[in-house]
Amino acid sequence: MSTHGRRAIYTYAVARPLDPAQLSGLRGVDGTSVHLIRHDDLVAVVSTLRFTEAELAALRARLENPAELEAIARAHHDVVGAVFEHSVTLPFRLATIHQSEQRLLEVLRAGQQRFNGALDQLAGRVEIGVKLYVEAPPTSFAAADAQDTGEPAGRGRDYLRRRRDLLLRRQQAGRRSADAAARIGDTLARIAADHRFHRLQDPRLSGVPGDNVLNAAYLVDAASTESFVALARSLDGDLASARVEITGPWPPYSFAEPLPSPGASDAADR
Amino acid sequence: MSQPSTWSAVRSADDIAVRNGSTAAPNLADVLERVLDKGMVIAGDIKINLLDIELLTIKLRLLVASLDKAKEIGIDWWEHDPALSSGRSRALEAENDRLRQRVGELERTTSEEGEGVRR
Repeated sequence: MSTHGRRAIYTYAVARPLDPAQLSGLRGVDGTSVHLIRHDDLVAVVSTLRFTEAELAALRARLENPAELEAIARAHHDVVGAVFEHSVTLPFRLATIHQSEQRLLEVLRAGQQRFNGALDQLAGRVEIGVKLYVEAPPTSFAAADAQDTGEPAGRGRDYLRRRRDLLLRRQQAGRRSADAAARIGDTLARIAADHRFHRLQDPRLSGVPGDNVLNAAYLVDAASTESFVALARSLDGDLASARVEITGPWPPYSFAEPLPSPGASDAADR
Repeated sequence: MSQPSTWSAVRSADDIAVRNGSTAAPNLADVLERVLDKGMVIAGDIKINLLDIELLTIKLRLLVASLDKAKEIGIDWWEHDPALSSGRSRALEAENDRLRQRVGELERTTSEEGEGVRR
């Protein structure tokens, strides 16, 4: 069986040309070195992977394994983050792979207008993540009872009363936190260049306790990051148990795909 | 019912990374939702089906559950091992490379053996 196999090009991001020395020593997916492929005013930031059929199968399997996926995702992000320190960066989704540099160059050529447009939009801007958490309301009668009286759930009418109270309390808490999330989300959206509301995070995935009631990404001018963050921090929606968490600045992952605007079309559709 | 110790252990908003998300290793959930669900989509030559974040959440629940289990019985060395936590040191890179190579070899072997069940 042949061991040299095919080679494939893994792309992390497209950026404006930068000095390759700025990325020296940087390691990408599976410890591969990172290099640049240039076309006009664009560079693709890539690694070369060995790609036999078996390796391809292994990669597919690894992307389905959470622990392996984490390593690959972090390696991808480390490269994108390093590029972002030196250049406006258009992050690619994980595992974008082409058969050769030639093929990738074709993609750069065909998508040139789209890439340039996106990079122009993102220049001088960063992504800031803003999440709002509220302490989860009691989910069981036992918990609610312990909070109320420290006594176990009663019988009959007592039980029904508690059950109704608990449901009511949960509903009210849910409404209050949804209102707060919407208020905070919109306030920040008004001063950001762009925004996206992401799926709320599952505490079992994030490891963060409490109910995530807002998970937003904002595209912010790098120069006004500080004031944006200060404002975000000050907004806790008047909820006693609310907590704002800010992450970033991130490379603009959430804004890499512009929302479709009417009449927009170019070679990317091919 | 509140968990004050857990709440205070959570990264505070003041911990915002100085340079970018890669400086202080960001929350895995934050990284995954970006690299799996966001980022520019370019049709590659090689088709890779990514888990979406929803399916991944389910898988990770299982993983987290088993990690918690491991911690419960005192197996938590990876939390203190710099090679496995995010603060990688240069000295460990070489070793990591050797390990990656070895893992790659083993994976190739297993995936060849498992050819029959491959999608």
